[in-house]
Amino acid sequence: MSTSPDNFDWAFAGAAHARRSHPGAYDLPDAGGHFGPYGGMFVPETLMHPLEELRTAYERYMADPQFLAELDADLQDYVGRPSPLYHAERWSHELGGAQIFLKREDLNHTGAHKVNNTIGQALLARRMGKTRIIAETGAGQHGVASATVAARLGLECVVYMGEVDIARQEANVYRMRLLGARVVSVTSGSRTLKDALNEAMRDWVTNIDDTFYIIGTVAGPHPYPAMVRDFQAVIGREARAQMLARSGRLPDALVACVGGGSNAIGLFYPFIGDEGVAIYGVEAAGDGLQTGRHAAPLCAGRPGVLHGNRTYLMEDNHGQIVETHSISAGLDYPGVGPEHAWLKDSGRARYDSVTDEEALRAFHHLTRTEGIIPALESSHALAYVHKLAPTMRKDQTIIVNLSGRGDKDMHTVASHDGLVL
Amino acid sequence: MSRIAARFEQLRDRGRTALIPFVTAGDPSPAVTVPLMHAMVAAGVDLIELGVPFSDPIADGPVIQRATERALAQGVSLDDVLDMVRQFRERDTETPVILMGYLNPIEVMGYETFAVAAHAAGLDGVLIVDVPPEEGHALVAMLKAQGLDLVYLLAPTSTEARIERIGEVASGFVYYVSVKGVTGAGNLDTAAVAEKVGLIKSLIRLPVGVGFGINNPETAASVARVADAVIVGSAIVSRIEALAATPERIPEVVSEFLTGLRQAIDEVDAHVA
Repeated sequence: MSTSPDNFDWAFAGAAHARRSHPGAYDLPDAGGHFGPYGGMFVPETLMHPLEELRTAYERYMADPQFLAELDADLQDYVGRPSPLYHAERWSHELGGAQIFLKREDLNHTGAHKVNNTIGQALLARRMGKTRIIAETGAGQHGVASATVAARLGLECVVYMGEVDIARQEANVYRMRLLGARVVSVTSGSRTLKDALNEAMRDWVTNIDDTFYIIGTVAGPHPYPAMVRDFQAVIGREARAQMLARSGRLPDALVACVGGGSNAIGLFYPFIGDEGVAIYGVEAAGDGLQTGRHAAPLCAGRPGVLHGNRTYLMEDNHGQIVETHSISAGLDYPGVGPEHAWLKDSGRARYDSVTDEEALRAFHHLTRTEGIIPALESSHALAYVHKLAPTMRKDQTIIVNLSGRGDKDMHTVASHDGLVL
Repeated sequence: MSRIAARFEQLRDRGRTALIPFVTAGDPSPAVTVPLMHAMVAAGVDLIELGVPFSDPIADGPVIQRATERALAQGVSLDDVLDMVRQFRERDTETPVILMGYLNPIEVMGYETFAVAAHAAGLDGVLIVDVPPEEGHALVAMLKAQGLDLVYLLAPTSTEARIERIGEVASGFVYYVSVKGVTGAGNLDTAAVAEKVGLIKSLIRLPVGVGFGINNPETAASVARVADAVIVGSAIVSRIEALAATPERIPEVVSEFLTGLRQAIDEVDAHVA
């Protein structure tokens, strides 16, 4: 089968009808934001009407050709899309199995997939007349992506970040401040990403009239999981069209790392209806699932309710959320997007985990074989490909989401190797 | 009739506005809570709200967050909180008690297990902050089957349609959150509260309590002019925090504060009568 250039352009053009009409795509979430038993709107009453306003505005603008044209122009000229689909030939050859293609989200402006979503939400904020944006951040990537679009649109920006994360991500904190954002240190609870999210929700409930909360992942109350997914789905739409254009057929497998799960759902979503495409999500096993020091709720947690939605969580026997561990700050979160919970239960996607050590080995391996330094988050997906590719035939293909670049992780990797930069 | 409905009926007959204190169960230590509950009743409160500690209290300001952390540091669980209610009931079968908290501890205990245990402990109602009427239908059904009242929040952002919808599912009373913000917020706008409470009362029949941001007798009095119940949380919890090192003084100091609020409310009630 050959694919015409017309089809190829169509996938990038982002015409309104293309946003959600994927072959065989399912129609979740339902009107209340549920993916089967997951998702929903578990928030205090004060937020219910504002969330309804957000949902209405979001649905209106996602059907508005002018808004979509503005979004697409920004994705092309500001973010640098489409991102390449790169055939990692040398790495594929070394592993001796499937052909591996890297979806190069690391080449986006600000260095990760996060900006696809912050651009979309910030444009929506402006349309809604909001003058102030807030965001939570763990590793700082979403905070930087939020501060970046706020600077460009002239919006006030406040980023909540756990005290612990501020200490381990100094460079990103400085980047946010350079961009004009105020970074607020969160000292409650475990002082990491989940507490930053708590604090951002408290800010939002207090400043609801002028403030837009840009959530960085496919979690939170409805409509956030669906909205963030739809903004990130540009990754999968492009990858699908790029693979078809290149080989005339769909990939055999998709692999992405899963913290909250936005880069993963962005790649997976346009392929959900393609039954022949195997889908693998990779969680952070930290020191190993058996140690309890990990961030793998889908692999080792159970369903519960946190941050506005029902999903798999890491919690104790009394329902208190427990601290997580991963060498990658971006995966260090005790929950996961509710759509992943549903994809797991339905069997459409498989979720597995890799340890800090495995991720680090993959980090070094890709760097040396392909000259690409991946983010530690993305290195978890790469480590899984190390196991998966050799089990597949050489004429089969894997698309792995290289969701971010590793510049931000130099200090972490160096100190793990006993060096001080 | 539920203990909560009976209490509000009694209060209405006597022309009295309810005073409802909130304390976090197990703060600063589990032994403090039950004696404190009895002391608060002696100081003139009409119903007690007991906070269930949760690791991620998104609706709470710093004061109650810290109370939660103190309680969690002592390992206080939902089972422990229900046990405190059971102990309280050994000496007080009159004063209604409701739990205020977040869904996840209940989710983990299991809806039916919780509903049965709560009823057996002598609990009267439940306010789950992160369960709006759109969610939690299975839990609501089990709580109702056990005769527990479902107290819901209303907010400055609640539309008329939402107020009516909540009026249909709520029982006991409704809790109007007086400000856009978290618990312990300041700057309560009494005129705006009066207007919204008037709207709520025109739409639903249940008693209306007002909370968030009431921290002194003057504010309590102004809220008492328009509401059926005055709910005070952070102002009590901050006094408990200040006495964490000398917990034996907590009942006395909290009672003194509540007595002041009670008097201010009583003066309003006498004037209105």
